[in-house]
Amino acid sequence: MTGTTLDDYTDRYAQRVKGMTASEIRALFAVASRPEVVSLAGGSPFVSALPLDAVGEMLGELIARNGASALQYCIGQGDPALREVICEIMALEGIDARCGASPDDVVVTTGAQQALDLVARVFLDPGDVVLAEGPSYVGALGVFQAAQADVVHVPMDDLGLIPAALSAALEDMAKAGRRVKFLYTVPTYHNPGGVTLPNERRDEIIEICARAGLLILEDNPYGLLGFDTEPLPALRSRVREGIIYLGTFSKTFASGVRVGWILAPHAVRDKLVMASEAQILCPSMLSQSAVTTYFTTMPWQEQLKKFQGVYAERRDAVLSALDDFMPAGTQWTKPAGGFYVWLTLPEGLDSKAMVPRAINNRVAYVPGTGFYADGTGRQNLRLSYCFPPPERIREGVRRLATTIEEEQALRATFGVAS
Amino acid sequence: MTMSFAHVLVLAGGLSYERDVSLRSGRRVLDALRLAGLDAEQRDADVTLLPLLTSTPPDAVLISLHGATGEDGALRGVLELTGVPYVGPDARAARLAWDKPTAKAVLRDNHLPTPDWITLPQETFSELGAGALMTEIIERLGLPLMVKPTQGGSGLGAHVVREASELPAAMVGCFAYGGTALIERFVTGTDIAVTVLDLGDGPVALPAVEIVPANGVYDYTARYTAGVTTWHAPARLSEEVTAKVAEIAVATYKALGLRDLSRVDLIVDAGGDAHILEANVSPGLTETSLVPMAIEAAGLDFGEVLGKLVQVAIDRKS
Repeated sequence: MTGTTLDDYTDRYAQRVKGMTASEIRALFAVASRPEVVSLAGGSPFVSALPLDAVGEMLGELIARNGASALQYCIGQGDPALREVICEIMALEGIDARCGASPDDVVVTTGAQQALDLVARVFLDPGDVVLAEGPSYVGALGVFQAAQADVVHVPMDDLGLIPAALSAALEDMAKAGRRVKFLYTVPTYHNPGGVTLPNERRDEIIEICARAGLLILEDNPYGLLGFDTEPLPALRSRVREGIIYLGTFSKTFASGVRVGWILAPHAVRDKLVMASEAQILCPSMLSQSAVTTYFTTMPWQEQLKKFQGVYAERRDAVLSALDDFMPAGTQWTKPAGGFYVWLTLPEGLDSKAMVPRAINNRVAYVPGTGFYADGTGRQNLRLSYCFPPPERIREGVRRLATTIEEEQALRATFGVAS
Repeated sequence: MTMSFAHVLVLAGGLSYERDVSLRSGRRVLDALRLAGLDAEQRDADVTLLPLLTSTPPDAVLISLHGATGEDGALRGVLELTGVPYVGPDARAARLAWDKPTAKAVLRDNHLPTPDWITLPQETFSELGAGALMTEIIERLGLPLMVKPTQGGSGLGAHVVREASELPAAMVGCFAYGGTALIERFVTGTDIAVTVLDLGDGPVALPAVEIVPANGVYDYTARYTAGVTTWHAPARLSEEVTAKVAEIAVATYKALGLRDLSRVDLIVDAGGDAHILEANVSPGLTETSLVPMAIEAAGLDFGEVLGKLVQVAIDRKS
């Protein structure tokens, strides 16, 4: 008599999905959807700040007037009208014709997540190395892992990626005979780090990569969501070659439209378009038309200021609550824009092991280990302040502080450090 | 009332650590009930529930909630208060079975075999000194040990301790899920789950399910990832042991005052002796859960069994 594993396909799965199993931590997050729990875990933009009635009217008119084209396929590279809009948006961060940016070199994607996947498909072979900040965006790590590449993390400090550490990592890889395909970086309002690379470091990073012949993959979802300053010029605004730039409308308009883009060198662009056609044929014309209409007919710059105001108020709420409640030994970054605070727990605590206690105290966060490919990050966690209102953020941080204190007391009792 | 007209409310979700498992169980139950011809809908146990129960009471409730609320008797008490029939053990029995040490004490009083244990809250370790207390525990109960929260399921917070040095970390992992720990002598052997079903003619044990996790530990990943664990239904036990295990499972069901459907988890050691670990009043009903496997091994249809249990609950009220 043979038993059953309830999966008849185990010997047929591709190598890259072998490690995919049910996760206790992922299951615990199911509770975070209940209103009793203050979720500081997810990074959902606060789309309720949009003038929803006006957007609804806009979408209705779009279908009434241009339904025949909005509901149709389009070319794989993306709607030319939208690519013009994208260039106008990129110009706000210094990426314009002066640095060779052109609608011809823009590829529209289904969110920046598909853009990441396309770049991985075009550039990565199994065993290739990708350098990335430590910590790094979890969605990018998933893409690189699926491409069977090895992510090597380069440390950050309060000013983002450390240039000397990048040089050292490149030397280490050269000595080990490893092929590094590109540097993946989120220089502005980093996810999950909450830090921003200052201008001087931007130049240094570009120079180091140029010297090593290393391609840069610049991911910039939050660049226009600064609170205290004008947008910093993107890395791509400083050079004509050597950088593939990723953008998205998820934060400046709505994450639900799933529209992002890639600005790539000419030759790379063609390959990205072919890869995208193989993957999705073309991006949603309905979503593209909605975005184009929004940015050409609605007061989007005023709305952007509104978004900045909403998120700035929430950033202030999380930082003041952290100041008021966190026990000694806890540290955190102080973001000038974006959605996230990166928190370092007191010595000996483990953010992953602490999740059930946090859920029991009705607060959710993302443990730091999710943002590293090498299992580090146990002493860290990410707090998102983008979605809950300020008073809920304050309550969530208070609950988190209680959780940390309880965990400290428990570990002290048993003399156990992570 | 004939069953095919019954309106059944399936409760799933909740605020426990097992919300995800519960939602998966609930969805499966919902589909099975509808296939069996019942009018079923799924709801979470939240602030909308009580108004619904009082304004448009269903004919019966089927609880697919795991963890507290669903299993600790509280929700069952509310259902009894509102007079809505439900499938499964009553509030008193659920309360008893939910708290593992209390259930073990009842089993021992009924001369049913369950591994030696001690129940200790976190405070006792800090008051008496964790080091000395852990040394004493190991001296009295021996190694290996199983450490788990006194309440809850799905293997969450449970740790096998094979070396004394592993005990502090296991205690920390356990207390993350709850304030009181059950520390139990670990019995090496075969993991067995026996579903006890009563469709109105008295409780019967369905074929035992044997669990063989790939890495030897039936933890959360092994329970809910298809392909990681091998299940044998019926279990590969001798006729004699099969009969003994069934008898012990039914005796457990009776001792704890359970009803309708429950699952008893046991270990069968190398000598063929069974040791009861716990009884579940709201067992998992997901794609990889043990009760649906047992029902299938018995040659029964999952939806029909659930439908009959609904009828039993309705008849009980009338």
